[in-house]
Amino acid sequence: MGRVAFHRSGNAQIEKRRIEDVKGELSRLETAKKEALGFLNEIYLTSLKRVGEKDSMIFQIHMMMLQDEDFLDAIKNKIEREQVNAEYAVWAVGQEFAARFAQMDSEYMRGRQADVIDISKRLIQYLDDRMAYGPAQMDEPSILAAEDLSPSETMQMDKAKLLAIITRGGSKTSHSAILSRTMGIPSVVGLENGFEELKNGVTVIVDGTSGEVIVEPDENAVADYEKQRKEYLDSQQRLRQVLTSKVVTKDGRTVAINANIGHPGDVESVLKNGADGIGLFRSEFLYMGHDALPSEEEQFQAYKHVLEKMDGKPVIVRTFDIGADKRVPYLNLPEEDNPALGYRAIRICLNRKELFWTQLRALLRASAFGNLEIMFPMIISVDELTAAKAMVEEVKSSLAAESIAVAQDIKIGIMVETPAAVMMSEELAEECDFFSVGTNDLTQYTLAVDRMNGKISKLYNPRHPAVLKMIRMAAENAHKAGIWIGICGESAADPELTEAYLEMGIDELSVAPSSVLELRDHCLNLVK
Amino acid sequence: MQNFVYTVTDPEGLHARPAGLLVKCAQSCGSDVKITLNGRTADAKRLFAVMGLCVKQNDQMAFAVEGSDEAADCEKLKAFCEANL
Repeated sequence: MGRVAFHRSGNAQIEKRRIEDVKGELSRLETAKKEALGFLNEIYLTSLKRVGEKDSMIFQIHMMMLQDEDFLDAIKNKIEREQVNAEYAVWAVGQEFAARFAQMDSEYMRGRQADVIDISKRLIQYLDDRMAYGPAQMDEPSILAAEDLSPSETMQMDKAKLLAIITRGGSKTSHSAILSRTMGIPSVVGLENGFEELKNGVTVIVDGTSGEVIVEPDENAVADYEKQRKEYLDSQQRLRQVLTSKVVTKDGRTVAINANIGHPGDVESVLKNGADGIGLFRSEFLYMGHDALPSEEEQFQAYKHVLEKMDGKPVIVRTFDIGADKRVPYLNLPEEDNPALGYRAIRICLNRKELFWTQLRALLRASAFGNLEIMFPMIISVDELTAAKAMVEEVKSSLAAESIAVAQDIKIGIMVETPAAVMMSEELAEECDFFSVGTNDLTQYTLAVDRMNGKISKLYNPRHPAVLKMIRMAAENAHKAGIWIGICGESAADPELTEAYLEMGIDELSVAPSSVLELRDHCLNLVK
Repeated sequence: MQNFVYTVTDPEGLHARPAGLLVKCAQSCGSDVKITLNGRTADAKRLFAVMGLCVKQNDQMAFAVEGSDEAADCEKLKAFCEANL
């Protein structure tokens, strides 16, 4: 919350003048180019300190654009042939190059117009210092409002006085938006409606999370805002402390803290909470709450979205676990007396192969877009695992025949959630790349306690020694075969059990995104 | 002259960052480096030209490398593409 300060970009009026001294004009251009490069290099160094190498690369790109021979030759030609002043030539060529980007058939490339305009303005500034191009001077901490903001302007802002940024133009993927987000400055870009209402000195609240701008808020809105801001800052503080710390045990093993998700939209919060990957992506959401089976394309888009967002971090997708308490009316599954012990999960997959085929095709197609791992639920025997793996291979060959790209070496794992899987873990470990213990079902099956039966809910205890012995046995067999083992059930987040899990050699804990930080913090304390 | 074709796997295609890195890599080569895509050819040492190709995922960029060190430069560019694009 704060007062609005308007920022106007320079170069409103570029004069076109006829010049006689072409050589002189060319040497002015050369000098301005050197100065602009020097300036961009400084901005780059500042940016490196503030946002790191990846997001700073844009300034290197700007420097390269400024030295691009096509760009410079076009400017020089214009000066020589038309005998015009350098400012005008830069402006005209900048517009021309920007127009080229504007015509490209990719939204991203069209967005690069802004970068061309940015460097042109920068060059003009060094040709004529009346064309000053830079940040607005703010006397007090303010919220900056601008038609649009270039990356270099964003980086030049005095961070101490910049409360938030509002722009009318631009997109969330613009480099300015990325830079301001990385710097932790709340920003709303592309505010079409209501931008007119913003005036110098008006008090506004900017909610960078929701993209809302409240003009002249009333008391309630202010109180609400103060509360939200405090909560946000508290969590930010915690985030910064543990967000990027890796959990490494005293004997040098890294323990991954992953997140469980049930919907592609959850991936934002996975990233925000700094999970090392997705340990369990429940694919049932695609099947439940729909009137019909999801198409291959629909599934493919959902998986691809998550894989791309996770940017190379592992994403473990569990093939559909339908049946038992997860009902899907359109499949017309018959009522069962004992659904937990009934027709569900991998049992449906291996029986209704057309359903499984569609899901595997969507998964394998999506695998080209990130680091996909596939996990099968409810396994009780090696035969089931081999049958499921054979299906994966079949789908792979069919995709290869259609020349559709599939990632190489996709890891295959199983849920260890039945006592049978634990007892067979030595054999199963030979046939797969990882185990993930589903403690909810493993507890219910080991203790013969129905999770849904309220009368015996006191007996349902994931801390029961029998359950822990089961997990230990699976862990020993996993490690004997050289594969990793994780826990993705609810008790992965149980702080009372963390120490026991770490001591057993559990390699991964996967919990709800909102629990990731707390668990990471807890683990870090335990391994200190 | 030496040639090779590289198929872009990066889902975002040749964005500003990778394009910039590619141009830097090409600039470090003594040879002339040209990229052809969909009938258009660009000098790989010029950023605007490379970005102008608007390279997307699964596009096949045909590299033509010519110069006294073309074999070594070719290897260098191939390794760069595989690691970054």
